[in-house]
Amino acid sequence: MSPADPAPRAGDARSGPPAASIVACPDGPLLVRGEFEVVTPDGEALPRTRRTVALCRCGASVLKPYCDGSHKLIGFKTEPPAP
Amino acid sequence: MKQPTARGNVSALLLEITTGEPPAADKVKHLEDAVRTALARTADVVVEDDLQLTLFCLYELHYSGLDGAAEGWEWDPGLIRVRQLIEAVFEERLRTAVVVDAAPEPTSDAVAAELFRMTGEDTGPSMSRFVAREANAEQLREFLIQKSIYQLKEADPHTWAIPRLTGRAKAALVEIQADEYGGGHPDRMHSALFARTMRAVGLDDTYGAYIDAAPAITLASTNMMSLFGLNRRLRGAIVGHLTAYEMTSSQPNRLYARGFARHGYGEDATGYFEEHVEADAVHEQIAGRDLAGGLVEADPRLLGDVLFGAAAALLVDSWMTRHIMDAWAEGRSSLQPDRSFAA
Repeated sequence: MSPADPAPRAGDARSGPPAASIVACPDGPLLVRGEFEVVTPDGEALPRTRRTVALCRCGASVLKPYCDGSHKLIGFKTEPPAP
Repeated sequence: MKQPTARGNVSALLLEITTGEPPAADKVKHLEDAVRTALARTADVVVEDDLQLTLFCLYELHYSGLDGAAEGWEWDPGLIRVRQLIEAVFEERLRTAVVVDAAPEPTSDAVAAELFRMTGEDTGPSMSRFVAREANAEQLREFLIQKSIYQLKEADPHTWAIPRLTGRAKAALVEIQADEYGGGHPDRMHSALFARTMRAVGLDDTYGAYIDAAPAITLASTNMMSLFGLNRRLRGAIVGHLTAYEMTSSQPNRLYARGFARHGYGEDATGYFEEHVEADAVHEQIAGRDLAGGLVEADPRLLGDVLFGAAAALLVDSWMTRHIMDAWAEGRSSLQPDRSFAA
């Protein structure tokens, strides 16, 4: 650890910024940035051609686990409609 | 880019001027007068062949240059003045035609939601459904020729905006553009993938090879991006334009891939479209919230232009689609008459 590294955050055993971050997009996919691997249930790495990926959250993508924009066609909502 | 064929006295004058050395004040003044006359006479600059080709060539001096043109013309004050004359009428035409019917709160979430709403509405005939189900082999080639005017320099007009943005919006644009440019792999650049598709169906993938075949509306669609991209004051519009493109790409590209597969073409032809299904499902999220939303949060005064740029992208592309689909419905080519590029 170099002297320039930021202090560990509360509840975080590691130092420095997280290796990856996930954005839960409203009515859309999970956007994953940083250093990570997407693997099959058996642990085999899935092909990945870009640094930042969008993971399907609505279940309708034909490119699963990646998003193909289908959530817009099926009207997928991440929040219940206002009463 | 190769020298196009002139479409009238204005583009003929420009091409004659640029093959000489700058400055040529008398000739440029003559060109300016001809442009003023043409602009005063035209009913609709969007479909005016001579003026759209002239504007395209003036912009091209900032991209790949024009074969045979002296490079010093790029910043010639006389040619910049001519460009601004056409730009002013073109922009006014777009601002008059475009309807922006909502003003969301200047927050990232609200801007993204409004852009997703705008781009989710069905606007006119669907090129992608036709390509998927009905287009014949010649129409598929013609479709690629029409797209090649932009797609062979895909992403370039939006890249002009990078040094004009800061913070979150800039990081978002660079993240999208890095992916557009292949993430460090030249053969994965979207323009290179499109060139591969053109080769797969036996078309010339040289940039500008089909410039003479492109109707005015196709040139106008790309000129609009250069207008928004090259003028800092329109940075909101180029951001809105890119966001609209990203948000209307995934599903149509899946259908385009299906159309080429239906005609027996393999991955070398469909790969470009399949790449966009996945890429633009990522890009639309970044573009909506971080690029457009981030820009508006940093400078709320740009909200109107972000929405204008998005609406203009949708409107002009609907005009281009209508031009092509109307021609096909009448059993003729949508390309410039008296040319046989699609054969």
